[in-house]
This record gives sequence, C-alpha cells and structure tokens, in this order.
Amino acid sequence: MNSEAVEQDGAAGIAADIRGFVRANMTALTTAELRDEDNIFEKGFVTSIFAMQLLVFIESTFDVTVPDDHITLRNFSSVELMTGMVAKLKAATG
Amino acid sequence: MTETVDAARTATMAKCVVWDLDDTLWDGTLSSGDVVVLKPGVRELIAELDSRGILLSVASKNNHDDAMRKLEEFGLAEYFLYPQINWNSKSSAIAEIQRRLNIGMDTIMFIDDRAFERDEVVFAHPQVQTVDAADYLGLGSLPRLSPEVVTEDARRRRHMYLEDQRRTESELAHDGPRAEFLATLGMVFAISRAKDDDLLRLEELTKRTNQLNSTGITYSHEQLERLAHDPGHDLWVCELTDRYGSYGKIGMALVRREPESWTIKLLLMSCRTVSMGVGTVLLSFLIKRAAEDGVRLFADFRRTDRNRQMLLTYQLANFHVASSDGDDLRYENDLTVRQDYPDYIEVEIGE
Repeated sequence: MNSEAVEQDGAAGIAADIRGFVRANMTALTTAELRDEDNIFEKGFVTSIFAMQLLVFIESTFDVTVPDDHITLRNFSSVELMTGMVAKLKAATG
Repeated sequence: MTETVDAARTATMAKCVVWDLDDTLWDGTLSSGDVVVLKPGVRELIAELDSRGILLSVASKNNHDDAMRKLEEFGLAEYFLYPQINWNSKSSAIAEIQRRLNIGMDTIMFIDDRAFERDEVVFAHPQVQTVDAADYLGLGSLPRLSPEVVTEDARRRRHMYLEDQRRTESELAHDGPRAEFLATLGMVFAISRAKDDDLLRLEELTKRTNQLNSTGITYSHEQLERLAHDPGHDLWVCELTDRYGSYGKIGMALVRREPESWTIKLLLMSCRTVSMGVGTVLLSFLIKRAAEDGVRLFADFRRTDRNRQMLLTYQLANFHVASSDGDDLRYENDLTVRQDYPDYIEVEIGE
C-alpha cells in the first residue's frame, strides 16, 4: 500500500501517509487542522486502540518493525516525529 | 509485606467450543435430505457449557439458511455466536470466529466427526485443540472447560457478546466519525474499590486476560481478599456500561502504596473492551491520583508474546523503563503529562 509513493517521495511520502491515517482515524481531529509538527496527544485524547491501529498501520505500510523501546510518547507525538522514526528504521534495515 | 504470587501458569482455560453439525451435533447429513436427530445428551451438554460461561459457535459446511432453521427447530440457535455455515474451509470459519470474538486461538476447541476437517484446522491453527465427535460426551468433564468458579459475569457472557454484536451492527450502520458513534453509546466507566463479591470475578480476570494484561500473573481468591483489605494496597475494579447494557466488571488495577511511592502491580482489561480505549482511562485515573497525592508512580510489567498492546498503553501514557531484568520491566511515570478522559466516556469514581 502506497509503497511506490514512499519510494518516490521519501520522507515527504511517509509523512503524507501518516498524516492521512491520523486525520482519518483520530477521533478528535475530524475537523481540526493538523500540521506535521503538532502534538497529537495535545490535540485530543489518544485512545489505546487508536495508538495500536497507528502502530499496525506504520508497520504494515512501511514494512518495518517498531521495537518496544521505540514505542514512546515522544516518537508518536507528531506526524513529523513518526516520520523521522520510520525513516530511521527503514535505513537501519536497508 | 511480601506477596506470594501464584506465578505457576495454569493450563489455558478454553473460552469457546466450535461445533460441526452433521454427524457431530446431530446424526445425519442435512444437505443429503436425511432426517437429522440431535445426538443423545447434546442439548443438555450445550446448556451446561453455556451456563459455565463457555462460548459456543458453529463451523459447518451446509446451506446456511437450512442449517439455521434446523438449529431454530431444535431450540439451540440462540446458543451459537457468529455461526459460520458455508462451503469454505473450517480453518477459515475458525479464523472468522476468533476474529469476531477477539479471543486467543489457543482458547478455541473444535469438535468434528471427520479427521480430515480436524487436521485441516490444526494445520492452519496449531493452537486449536480438536476433539473427535465420538468423544462429545466427555467435553463436560474436560478440565479446560470446567472453570472452578462461575461468576455472574461468566453466566451472562453469551448475552454480553450478543449485545456486542448489536453494537457492532449499529456502528456499521452509523454514518460519520467514530467519535460521534462512541458518543451515542452513552458510555459510563465506573472505577471503584473492589468489594468482597467482586473478588471471584477479579480472580477470573487474572486467569482469562492475556492481551491487555501488564504481567500475566494470576491471583487466587485468598490473595485478592487479603490485598483488598490491606491498607498498603488499593484494589480497583472497573465496570463499563452503555445504552446496550453492561459489559460487566471488565478491568482491575492493583496498586501497592508506600509512603513515597506507588507501584501498579497489575493492570488488566478484558479483551472485549479493546476497541473502547478504556485501558488508557484507568491508567489516566491512577496517574492523576498519584500526582494529587504527591508520590512517585512506578509499574511492574512483564512482557509476554501477547501483551504488546498493554506495553503500548503504558509507554504512550509516558511510562519510561526505569530498570529491567529480562522480560520484567519496572516503569516510572514522572507525572508531567496528564491526559483528560475522552469526551465520549463519563468516568465515575466510587471510593
């Protein structure tokens, strides 16, 4: 899913995919604006089920495994930081 | 005080028995035009398993409407959740039932008269225990299907799943953001101190809950009774209710209180409430309370192959690993981040 876009656009493509997912699935955000640097935890209540969906989305879309110690409030707090984490994990696995 | 914790893993209790129909539940083959007859004692067996809180379902290769009509005639249709009656493989039927009920594959048993079907299921799902239909009368005495205690929640279990089914149907029919749908449920999440008549249910929760469980450590009724009355511990129990009914007592938290610090020894939530996000609510409650009391907040966590979601719930609630020993983690929360409860859940705190 979207793997071609990711390869073409790199980080921009990753950010677009994550932004689209957060916007579509995060309950408090359906109408609010979302910038890549916004802290989604401050924008609205992040439920454990949303966070799990987000993790599964990231792993299946970008074909990475997020290790336990990467699952932190900081890494998941914004589209920008999630994009950085994915890019780093992809680089590490080649 | 020292806790003697029953760390010994009890063999996993089964949660669901999936039945074949032809020559298993009844004698004869419906689609061949046979006059089918219930196997002797099967009706009593079904009612008995249901009363123990064991869920029942069907995986049968048959015409769906004909088989359902026959189950109705026998007065058994209401016992079976998400019956899979079609011409697909039994392994795909089991996968669908497992997904709908959201229970572990290793808690499912499958009974069929044909060795081929049993083998096909085990090939795809090695964790499923299969039973030859010839042995059906022995099901009632299998330890995996004989819980030591049957709680009120267990007796109502099938009805609670039926309520879930109606919720899911109205959710699918609802056109709009999920938050709006959740708001229509009128959810009330009640957190209160465990009372003596909650303890059997809490013991059961420690044994049945795998996914949303911070340690997987089980506690006996006696241990819970002692902890509930110990001033050095808080034992919290949670009940979730909405307009479709009560989910029952679906969560618990055990907190050890010391003068300067609290440790969450166990936090768990029934897997039936996974999609409601209530695990985060209970954790938020404990974080708020610890901050109000001015104590440091720690949590014990034991990583299993099943509880990644609980790990995520903790770590995204800003718990950091303070120390670790293999799969055993000790978290600390610096209490700098406090999240409010979501708008769609009313939280009631009872002391």
